[in-house]
Amino acid sequence: MTDTPTDTSLGDDRPDTGSDRSESKLTALFRTCEIDARMAAMVVVLIAVWLGMHVLTDGFFLTARNLYNLTVQSSVVGIMATGMVLVIVARHIDLSVGSVMGFTGMVIAWLQVDVFPLGVVWNWPATIVLGLMLGALIGAWQGYWIAYRSIPAFVVTLGGLLMFRGLAFLVTDGRTVAPMDPTYQLLGGGIDGSIGETWSWVFGIVAIAVIAFMTWQQRHSRIKHGFPTKHILIEWMLFVIWSSLIIAFVVVMNSYTKPRTDIPRGIPVPVLILIGVVLVMALITKVTTFGRYVFAMGGNPRAAELSGINVKKMTLFIFVVMGILCGVAAVITTARLNAGANSMGQLAELSVIAAAVIGGTSLAGGVGSIAGAILGAVIMQSLENGMVLMGVSSAMRQVVIGLVLLLAVWFDTLYKKPH
Amino acid sequence: MRIFKVIPALILGMVITMGVNIAAAADLIVGVSWSNFQEERWKTDEAAMKAALNAGGAKYISADAGGSAEKQLADVEGLIARGANAIIILAWDADAVLPGVTKAKAEGIPVLGYDRLIEAPGVFYLTFDNVEVGRMQARAVYAVQPKGNYVFIKGASTDPNADFLHGGQLEVLQAALDKGDIKVVGEQYTDGWKPENAQRNMEQILTANNNKVDAVVASNDGTAGGVVAALTAQGMEGTPVSGQDGDHAALNRVARGWQTVSVWKDARALGKAAGSVAVQLAKGTMASDVKGAIKWSGGAKGVEMDAILLPPVPITHDNLDIVIDAGWVSKAVVCQGVSSNPPAACK
Repeated sequence: MTDTPTDTSLGDDRPDTGSDRSESKLTALFRTCEIDARMAAMVVVLIAVWLGMHVLTDGFFLTARNLYNLTVQSSVVGIMATGMVLVIVARHIDLSVGSVMGFTGMVIAWLQVDVFPLGVVWNWPATIVLGLMLGALIGAWQGYWIAYRSIPAFVVTLGGLLMFRGLAFLVTDGRTVAPMDPTYQLLGGGIDGSIGETWSWVFGIVAIAVIAFMTWQQRHSRIKHGFPTKHILIEWMLFVIWSSLIIAFVVVMNSYTKPRTDIPRGIPVPVLILIGVVLVMALITKVTTFGRYVFAMGGNPRAAELSGINVKKMTLFIFVVMGILCGVAAVITTARLNAGANSMGQLAELSVIAAAVIGGTSLAGGVGSIAGAILGAVIMQSLENGMVLMGVSSAMRQVVIGLVLLLAVWFDTLYKKPH
Repeated sequence: MRIFKVIPALILGMVITMGVNIAAAADLIVGVSWSNFQEERWKTDEAAMKAALNAGGAKYISADAGGSAEKQLADVEGLIARGANAIIILAWDADAVLPGVTKAKAEGIPVLGYDRLIEAPGVFYLTFDNVEVGRMQARAVYAVQPKGNYVFIKGASTDPNADFLHGGQLEVLQAALDKGDIKVVGEQYTDGWKPENAQRNMEQILTANNNKVDAVVASNDGTAGGVVAALTAQGMEGTPVSGQDGDHAALNRVARGWQTVSVWKDARALGKAAGSVAVQLAKGTMASDVKGAIKWSGGAKGVEMDAILLPPVPITHDNLDIVIDAGWVSKAVVCQGVSSNPPAACK
């Protein structure tokens, strides 16, 4: 649901090496369907995790209610992971995302509760705008030191990790700020924080229509320019798969009802925000020159510079985008928690980097995909979510998540070996 | 151009020297070694401590270890060198600081372990009774919900206090557990005491039990906030929930009826007591002769120490006026958004 409709290998610039060798039937099938084998493997892993968890939790995992929880719980890390993909692809790293999220979240909560008059209509929208602007500003600050003062991103953002965590504390001297505006709380996906049955169906139908249109348009344009096209049956098959996934998603979200009623909840607002962010970020990486430059820079920074790309400016932009996304994540976290607490986002940088890496973003730069990062975030959150359902201790959960991270990267190195 | 390279170095030097304060000689000096002054709470302690030291005619000097065991050791040595007659230590690592304590004792300087236990003979221990905090949390929840499914949202597994608290909670509830009146349907540590983690754990416990949860014993107000957010998402706000610290947001929840109790440890009382005990010790009073001191040996090693354990105060719907009258929080903050069934303090 979080992928763009027509291309599963979104933003993945991995070179094609296997075309002139003998390939297995499965690889051949993937090639004809234009499916990235790595992405397919991840989906298989996700399905395996889900089925395993479902059995281990005595059938609690794959219930509408838990899947609703899971999507909401994944959205914060997912949103920041889409930005982290850009950062890592451009051969940088951002260790400060958790702290930046904590700081912007505290500022938003403080403005909303302590500074602006309570109960006025413009209060919460203004705090969101200011929060996102603050995120952009922090991104620009860090991007400036990295791009124009040539300080390694690791150092700049390590400094940021400390600075912004400290600033998060200083906003209210460590005091937790609550409660947030009732309308604002809807953004967190609480009891009324979903769009209801009808609008969920509208969303699903529009999404399917968009996929149909884009599939048709892409095919049309390929024929027009004389490019090879997929077999019409495969085209239909992919369309049917995507449509059924969307319908399944809407049905699941609609079958979770509000407590003590039969009113369906529908798609939660934070998940809509995540979908919006993913679409925008996918467009940025796929369609805009900025996106192409980022991948070019990551693939070969020297060549990118020589070919006239303003590497410094692009680097600054990347961090601005990352900062804004931290702001978005901060909005969802504070709305969901109905409070601003200075510990928000502590260690989130690790989950975010892990999601990107599990999702196939290479720490060597140049390779990564938005859809992969989202899958990575969902896989990690599924493990967390399922293990809490099973009553596994937090220490054991850390061991498992750590192992999964290691295995994911090992898998990646295997995949990258010449066929 | 070289000047431009010199300026940053100068600025850096100035920043560093500004952090150092040099104590002048005074008759009675009490040194305080803080573990990590970053946390808001210690500023409150410090103010009360300073006032008590002033009243006792002693001079206050301090050092902040910034969350480093090595730095704290050096800090304690520094305080000795600066002529402290008594040293108050808020330990970052209770074992790693022991060499410093030994050094102070060798110089004949009395040491007061503040808030966190430093388990060594001859150290004076001053704290709130943490096990009692746990007991108070359980008692308050049990009083309104003596039967049904209980959930424990414990603190960080890395913090020994989390287990002290849980020990106290179980002490109160054990009889009811044995009788089968209450049943534990979920129990989780909260990594880093983070509200988000508590919220996620609570959501999962509610899912696993189909919302059949009657009471939640949460170990502090931050985790209680996460728990209440998870309960609210299920329309279950009002389910008994405990906490501690007297966080402003938590006191507001108590007023609204979303949290049953916030056990409040008045940092100013602790700071004041530390100041007055330190002055007595610095003047040469024997530890066992300090007013209110008891013999205590409840630590892991069972060392007998002179101690004062201050009693915490459970703040509930009925006695919110205590925190307001003490000036801890304003009435407006406590009573914000309270509509139905307002507590007496908000009327």
